[in-house]
Amino acid sequence: MEFLSYLISGISLGSVYAIIALGYTMVYGIAKMLNFAHGDVIMVGGYISLLSMSSLGLPWPLAVILAMLVCTVLGVVIEGLAYKPLRSAPSLAVLITAIGVSYFLQNAALLLWGASPKAYTPIIAGSVKLFEGQLSISYVSMLTVFMCIVIMIALTLFTGKTRMGKAMRACSEDKAAAQLMGINVNRTISMTFAIGSALAAIAGVLLCSSYTSLMPTTGSMPGIKAFTAAVFGGIGSIPGALLGGVLLGIIESLAKAYISTQLANSIVFAVLIITLLVRPAGLLGKYVPEKV
Amino acid sequence: MKKVISLVMVMALVMCLMAGCGSTNETADPTEAPAEAEAEAEVETASEGGSFYIGGIGPITGDNAIYGMAVMNGAQIAVDEINAAGGINGYTVEYKFEDDVADGETAVNAYNNLMDWGMQVLVGPTTTGSAISVSAKVYEERVFALTPSASSPDVTAGKDNMFQLCFTDPNQGSGSAVYMGANMPEAKVAVIYRNDDAYSQGIRDTFVAEAANQNLEVVYEGTFTEDTATDFSVQLTAAQAAGADLVFLPIYYQPASVILAQANAMGYAPTFFGVDGMDGILTLEGFDTSLAEGVMVLTPFSATAEDELTQNFVAEYSARYGETPNQFAADGYDCVYALKQAMENAGCTPDMSAEEICNAMVEQFTSMSFSGLTGTDMTWSAAGEVSKMPVAVMVKDGVYVTAEA
Amino acid sequence: MKLKSRKLKKTTVIDFATYIGVILAFIIMNTLKSQGMLTRSLTGQLIPICCYIVMAVSLNLTVGILGELSLGHAGFMSVGAFSGIVAAMSLQSVIPSEALRLAIALVVGAIFAAIAGTLVGIPVLRLRGDYLAIVTLAFGEIIKELINCLIIGVDEAGLHVINATGTKSVNDLGLSEAGRVLIKGAQGATGTQTIASFTAGFILIMISLVIILNLVRSRSGRAIMALRDNRIAAESVGINVTKYKMMAFVTSAALAGAAGALYGLNFSNLVATKFDFNTSILVLVFVVLGGLGNIWGSIIAATVLTILPEALRGFADYRMLIYAIVLILVMLATNNPQLKALFAKLIPVRKGENVNGQA
Repeated sequence: MEFLSYLISGISLGSVYAIIALGYTMVYGIAKMLNFAHGDVIMVGGYISLLSMSSLGLPWPLAVILAMLVCTVLGVVIEGLAYKPLRSAPSLAVLITAIGVSYFLQNAALLLWGASPKAYTPIIAGSVKLFEGQLSISYVSMLTVFMCIVIMIALTLFTGKTRMGKAMRACSEDKAAAQLMGINVNRTISMTFAIGSALAAIAGVLLCSSYTSLMPTTGSMPGIKAFTAAVFGGIGSIPGALLGGVLLGIIESLAKAYISTQLANSIVFAVLIITLLVRPAGLLGKYVPEKV
Repeated sequence: MKKVISLVMVMALVMCLMAGCGSTNETADPTEAPAEAEAEAEVETASEGGSFYIGGIGPITGDNAIYGMAVMNGAQIAVDEINAAGGINGYTVEYKFEDDVADGETAVNAYNNLMDWGMQVLVGPTTTGSAISVSAKVYEERVFALTPSASSPDVTAGKDNMFQLCFTDPNQGSGSAVYMGANMPEAKVAVIYRNDDAYSQGIRDTFVAEAANQNLEVVYEGTFTEDTATDFSVQLTAAQAAGADLVFLPIYYQPASVILAQANAMGYAPTFFGVDGMDGILTLEGFDTSLAEGVMVLTPFSATAEDELTQNFVAEYSARYGETPNQFAADGYDCVYALKQAMENAGCTPDMSAEEICNAMVEQFTSMSFSGLTGTDMTWSAAGEVSKMPVAVMVKDGVYVTAEA
Repeated sequence: MKLKSRKLKKTTVIDFATYIGVILAFIIMNTLKSQGMLTRSLTGQLIPICCYIVMAVSLNLTVGILGELSLGHAGFMSVGAFSGIVAAMSLQSVIPSEALRLAIALVVGAIFAAIAGTLVGIPVLRLRGDYLAIVTLAFGEIIKELINCLIIGVDEAGLHVINATGTKSVNDLGLSEAGRVLIKGAQGATGTQTIASFTAGFILIMISLVIILNLVRSRSGRAIMALRDNRIAAESVGINVTKYKMMAFVTSAALAGAAGALYGLNFSNLVATKFDFNTSILVLVFVVLGGLGNIWGSIIAATVLTILPEALRGFADYRMLIYAIVLILVMLATNNPQLKALFAKLIPVRKGENVNGQA
């Protein structure tokens, strides 16, 4: 029975990682950059939804939509101001800029919202009790898993069926060729950031609903974990991000339960290293051998 | 080509830096009395009064910003009150707080920065790791330091001029075990602590050592780190499965609030027992205090206490900073008043060097007794440890009430 | 004095300028320090700056010259720091001379970090690009967590080491009365005697420069850069990929270890969590800002960016925000095509300085 319970908490934790990883992977696939500020956009999403619920008194669906809007705008603005001028720059320069943006968001949040942690009221409370109360699954976990699957399906359809989605795939294959085919590459990249940031807002709400506390640095660690998850599943691959995130969550939970809580993180990373040695492009990533 | 550009940029950066240095120096200059213009200062002291320079160190950015902020604000209130009431021995107090991001290296930088400013006495550092790093410097350079909240015995060990105002870790760890042994005999205890944090690990070690003597059975120990502090359901499930009816949480209140919420969500309701880091949980913004019902905390300070001193402090703090003070703020406040008392007893004047003040302070602190927000009749041992016994309180209807001992 | 008939190579000039610059800087700082003209705040930062310079220069070997992104460089610093502390502290009674103990600590730190570098390098260097980066990040985190669980004490019987996973604590070390605990798990190394000195930092920088610049200008160095620029072409002319990658990676790790040992012995308290992902990133920022492959650029960037947050103290709460803005603006400015074009017009293009290659 405990095993089931560990497994469920792993899946629920993994689903949050997966949603964040989806944002990472999309941006990476199209812009070929590691957006280290993604985790901090999650934190902003968390704060906006919390404040709009507690200060403005909005019901939670409105709060989530508001958070998504703010994060979308934020994502597009960050992209336009900080990343767009570096389109032709070496990828490491963009990476460092992303780190700068991440510091900026954290410190701006610190000044705006203060250093004290704020308790986050979960958007839905309660849990289902099974087997005479021996096993309980919270509604938040169920919602997280559900949202994760919905988002993955929506993204797969979007990239596969719509014009914009196809443009994104074209950009991710070859930017120059895409441009020649009449695709507005800059607009496509902005669009990717908009979608990625809206996902970050949802991830923020779900993360804070299960981890009921919010601080300016809340987003950074889940951000790194999600980055790991995205690479684990094969960066650039949408189902890969989902698989990577969920597996990471399950491994973390089971390692905590059966091996050692102290080394849980090391075990997760060790599994990652071994996986990458066997499959150098992640679980579902395409391995493209270099041609001469 | 790139080199030239980077060179220019670096030059620009250096210029900014110079400008930065320049401006800080300007502000610091008039206060650099002790080094440069000692003779002058003495004359001034006689005519205009002069000031004591008290420095503070703690994190005001980064993960632990809340603790540094609280200490800074608490001490600031004390300084303002003292200055309004005529200062120490008739001299005003200048107070400057520097950020250390809870990092040893930055803390030493902050300390050096304060020494440039002319600091005579240090209230800090706030966190344990920083305090140990800085304590070596203050010992070497004979500056008196009183830390409001760094609780490890390593902070004061071997340094005669480093004092603590808070309980020490062993004090809290074994104190908790003794209390549990006396009041909840034969309890099955689970411990959940943060194993990459000196404070948490320190209390856990002494707790587990003492628990064996107190007939307490530790049935489960779970840990988390900064990196895995998002999900505690595994630790809680395991604690429940091990049959723990008492969960000891030697951690800060932020993860504790999450543990309480997640335990509640899974329907696990043991008695939770926290230490001084847990204080603040009731005033956490947006926290549903019903979750903390029945939680026991060993704490020296409670913002809901009825005495006048606490009431005034809480009112002033809320008016200024818009939040209820936690134990750190109270510790910061007490530190300044403890220094005031010692300086008045010793008859210190601002023209004394840091070392002279230090010697006077060491003598005073080992002989005086002090009453403040966080305890009455506190005394200090020569090692620098404060003796005040933690008081167990219990959360009832959203406020602390003294638990029946 | 007659000018030498043969013109020196451009790279040689740059290398010598770097050595001379560092020596001059050391002499100036030391004079200022002995004259008491430096603020204490700056004096206190001299040794950490030396450590960060060595970190930046060594990471530049991996990132700039080998062309592989490493996000776990702080892990090697950590290995070096803790092994250095253990070495220096356990030899306290045997070797009275502080300078000698410091030297031993640096060597021990470098050796242990080199061992760690070899262990990490074997699997890591089989991967490429971002996958390699994430695996270095993973190793960095694993090293952090393992050291966090380490308890080490010393008594007359020698070193006692236990792994604090599970429920062990300091009392399980089984130390004799005279024993001392050197590293206590999460509490880290406490009560370390701070024997690091600015002179040692300077010597370490010079040694690192000699090692790296000579490596880069040697046959091996050219092989390493060939791997960076085109691995397949390099392989096809018979360059041993694994050998040269490992050479660069392990050298880089060893220097980071020595820097770590110096750093660890400069503070009386050091915790494993100090060397986390953020520290790795900090060093990476030095390298990228100074220019990939550009050694003296790394030195200047490390110095300026270490002093910057301290110099911004006047801004109180805003200082890290300003630091972030400065970082973003500098990155934007150094990569701005218009600015680049402007400089290109102002300054005639210099040739033959392709040391600072782009990854």
